[in-house]
Amino acid sequence: MTIQFLLIQVFNGLVNGAFYALLSLGLAVIFGMLRIVNFAHGALYMLGAFTAFALGQLLHLGFWPSLIIAPVIVGVVGMLIERGLLKRLYGLDASYNLLLTFGLTLLTQDLVKQVMLSKFAVSSAPYTPPDSLSGVVNLGFTMFPKYRLFVIGLALVICLITWFVIEKTRVGAIIRASTENPGVTRAFGIDVSKWVTGVFGVGVGLAGLAGVMAAPIYSVDPYMGAELIITTFAVVVIGGLGSIMGSIITGFAVGVLAAIGAALYPPIANTLVFILMAIVLLVRPSGLFGLPEGTR
Amino acid sequence: MTAVSPPVQPLLEVRDLNAFYGQSHVLHGINLHVNPGEIVSLIGRNGAGKSTTLKSIMGVLRSRTGSLKFNGQDILKMPSNRIAARGLAWVPEERAIMSTLSVKENLELPPARPGGWTMERVYEAFPILKARGHHPGSKLSGGEQQMLAMVRVLRSGPKLLLLDEPSEGLAPVIVQHIGQIIAELQKEGLAVLLVEQNLKFATRLADRHYVYVDGQIVEEVQRHEVEARREDLLKYLSV
Repeated sequence: MTIQFLLIQVFNGLVNGAFYALLSLGLAVIFGMLRIVNFAHGALYMLGAFTAFALGQLLHLGFWPSLIIAPVIVGVVGMLIERGLLKRLYGLDASYNLLLTFGLTLLTQDLVKQVMLSKFAVSSAPYTPPDSLSGVVNLGFTMFPKYRLFVIGLALVICLITWFVIEKTRVGAIIRASTENPGVTRAFGIDVSKWVTGVFGVGVGLAGLAGVMAAPIYSVDPYMGAELIITTFAVVVIGGLGSIMGSIITGFAVGVLAAIGAALYPPIANTLVFILMAIVLLVRPSGLFGLPEGTR
Repeated sequence: MTAVSPPVQPLLEVRDLNAFYGQSHVLHGINLHVNPGEIVSLIGRNGAGKSTTLKSIMGVLRSRTGSLKFNGQDILKMPSNRIAARGLAWVPEERAIMSTLSVKENLELPPARPGGWTMERVYEAFPILKARGHHPGSKLSGGEQQMLAMVRVLRSGPKLLLLDEPSEGLAPVIVQHIGQIIAELQKEGLAVLLVEQNLKFATRLADRHYVYVDGQIVEEVQRHEVEARREDLLKYLSV
């Protein structure tokens, strides 16, 4: 085990962490305002990757335009889901939301699988990054794929912008107020339900963006979100659903810790995140950055 | 329209208001009105239905029947954000200062509308809110929270303020200050519907009083009748 090897693992971990952070950030924003654990988040991440692939096949759109258009499409799909379906479940037991979003996951996966088979005659497909991001960069201790560095950088920028908007702007103040006390915020003359729809759209749009970013690394597959979302929920449990910055930090940190752990003791690679989750649940059930129920 | 129009059209007219919390029927046929520029108080014991009346008018409590007219317009079916846009503002009993927002963000939360207080005016009247601007809202004292809660909604320029127990839990000198603020707001033409258990505070400010017992209004008392009726009114409030 050399320092050089550990450093490489840190960068590999940051790449995974970039996806954990983008996904858990969206989950946290959605949970804060809607009190909904969005099980369809992984499927919408996959939908982002698939949309980029389909835009390329049908309209010959490359990576850069798809990086903007696909998340917007996923966000609009999310808003339609919120307006058409989730909205009817507010005030009911949380298990209804779980069933609905889980059902939407299965539906989306199979729908995309059918379309990929019938329209493009593939069950999964590679997605090429733009030429400007192909190749490697010399980091001094290793050659690292340029595209993966781009993923780390873009995820960081997007996470920080989201944090800034929520914590430091008027839009963020409205979102925080609607999260804390929707009844009074509405009585101030603010149309809270409009904001709820928008926040859900942005939250799943972040998942769609992560999907497009993941496509060149993992290739486009109808089930690409299924495994990632389970790990992401573990990340959310570790970080707690209390803070925006908390979910960003936890996302990157868990990615790095899991990669280093896997390097030190390879058999543990797939379970380390869940061991971390179990420890956090024992020591601090509300998560590292979460506030205990009732103090929120 | 009746054959003879009343001298003034009431700003708020509540007719046969019934309200429900789940299965329990908590307001039984409330009839009341508030004229433009008038301060009206609702007095009665805890749980008599005073706060529920304010929540029903504001549309925060939705399971209610009857007629609610504001400026002649039916507001019963409107969501509370549209009711607010018509010129009604509610200051809840718990004050609802947002703890995840700074004092300044709390002040700027209700949308500013023409005729509403500007930030300059807010800070001139309450310099303490400017000094504490970047503190979290929850770090203010009780009196400062009550000022913030009241002045915050004035930014939307309401015509009628629904004030729920502004004197609750505050030191006498601060209660007096809050009373002065309410009196000044009335001078500017703002009407107030005030829920109070502090009879001294309520009678000093209000032009009329409605007495609540068990979800019903049992009496309406005018300002000039208060002195003669003070003993009776205190009985309504005592446990």
